[in-house]
Amino acid sequence: MRIVVPMKAVPDLVEEIEITADGTGIDREYLKFVLNEWDDQALEEALLVKEATGAEVVALGLGSDPDIDASLYTAIAKGADRAVRLTGAGEVPDTATRARAVAGYLRDHPADLVITGVQAPDDLDGQLPATLGALLGHPHVSVVVSVALVTDPPEPPAVRVRQEFAGGRAAELVVDLPAVIGLQAARQAPRYAPISRIRQVMAAGGIEQVDPGLAPGSATGASGLAVRRMHAPEKTSHAQMLTGSADEVAGQIVDLLRSRGLVKG
Amino acid sequence: MSSNVMVLVEAEAGGVTDATVELIGKARELATAWGGAVEAVVLGPGEVGTGLGGADTVVRVEHPGLATYLPEAYENTLAELLVTRSPRLLMLANSTVGLDLGAALAVAWDAELVAYVVGLQTEGTTAVATAQILGGKILAEVGMAAERGVVTVVPGSFPAALGRVAGEPELVTVDAPGSLGSLRMRLERLVTPEGGDVDITAAPMLVSVGRGVGSADNIELAQEMADYLGATVSSSRPVVDAGWMPKSRQVGKSGLTVTPRAYLAFGISGAPEHLEGMRDSELIIACNTDENAPIFDVAHYGTTTDLFELLPALTGRLGG
Repeated sequence: MRIVVPMKAVPDLVEEIEITADGTGIDREYLKFVLNEWDDQALEEALLVKEATGAEVVALGLGSDPDIDASLYTAIAKGADRAVRLTGAGEVPDTATRARAVAGYLRDHPADLVITGVQAPDDLDGQLPATLGALLGHPHVSVVVSVALVTDPPEPPAVRVRQEFAGGRAAELVVDLPAVIGLQAARQAPRYAPISRIRQVMAAGGIEQVDPGLAPGSATGASGLAVRRMHAPEKTSHAQMLTGSADEVAGQIVDLLRSRGLVKG
Repeated sequence: MSSNVMVLVEAEAGGVTDATVELIGKARELATAWGGAVEAVVLGPGEVGTGLGGADTVVRVEHPGLATYLPEAYENTLAELLVTRSPRLLMLANSTVGLDLGAALAVAWDAELVAYVVGLQTEGTTAVATAQILGGKILAEVGMAAERGVVTVVPGSFPAALGRVAGEPELVTVDAPGSLGSLRMRLERLVTPEGGDVDITAAPMLVSVGRGVGSADNIELAQEMADYLGATVSSSRPVVDAGWMPKSRQVGKSGLTVTPRAYLAFGISGAPEHLEGMRDSELIIACNTDENAPIFDVAHYGTTTDLFELLPALTGRLGG
């Protein structure tokens, strides 16, 4: 079995995000990028499936994503068998274009299972799993919190997944392969790869580069949305800020709670 | 192409979801501006239920295979309805259902899609959508001028009152697509919420920890303070995903909605999915070292004091 894990680098939300001079995009020049946290969860779940079944795990990134190589090497250090960097999807691909690049790759290198993050913080034109599932014509399920290969009965090959809904409700579905899974959270916290191991992998190199050509997409959606402007939200309200030493702030908080009868005395 | 606005109805035990009613209210406004009708799509057999008075038409597909939500069955059925009924715009809630179907239907129907929508207006035949991205830090305004569009809307963005109106929508029953007989997925079982050790929705005070707490061990600091305060410890999603807290303690979109008398947030930045689950708390006090964290937009009081200093200081003040 072959599992492909498409991964995306996204702006680190801890950083301040600036808007470009024309006001229609975010200024990426000085921004720090990190691996999309849901893709990290997707990789972990793929590695758990590998441990249970011996599947091959391929980490897939787009060469235009800042610092994606670090995430790809880390994926190998964690246990992925191979890492592939795709080119030819433009500088800042939207989800539709990204999906077409991944679909182009999968057309030539088919996978039994694609596991990727359920969403990314910047996917304005929709999320990758459903877009990719529709482009490939594969069944797809999002907001998934566990994936396991169905071993009985063995035909047709299928996975059993748990899909979550609001309020803690969930459903267990059996999905025929090939399928695309949008992962919310892996069954365990993403594993840690020691820096020394990542350095070792980096020194060995070995990221394969592929120009897949874009798979045909939807004529309307693939060209990108007409973003008129981006801006930080106007604050309709803002917390009254408490200042002072930690002890003084603690005192003010306790007073607030006391005034509402929530702290006795 | 018509000028109609189609809304997918989601229901839960108590009837049509609030998110659906919010969509119908907004759809009403758009359809009026465009001179079209509001079509509410109800999939599955059983009662249509109340709450759809704001729609002009209720489109039913009664196939038993749609009785419980199944992504592929819903997708195939909606894909066919979009072609046969040809609305101008399809509106979905940004729920699990919206995450499954929105982008896939946009591909199948060859429509443009805007996700995470929090605002929607008309400008002639164009729909102008405002989307909340990058953890709520940026709003993107998008002109949707194509003939067909899909939006997935963040629950709570539009007032439900606009959709909660009396009316007698026309009922139209439509046959299910033949493809429901050859699906590539099936529902094995439904899982009801795990009985947690505590019910955070019933707690009068919550001390909630986020990613900023740094490690599972540090949650002890919050637990100790909460014990002195008589509060229950809850958390945001990343803390649960990291395995530091059980799922039963998660506040937010994929967890539980809480409205305690006091909600004390430590190291929670305030992603939209989290705010959705706690913004109606009576008193919100937030501690985060990032003064621009969105949590401060819903908190009544805030501080940028380091939580590792503030939690022990609070414990000390409370008698620890």
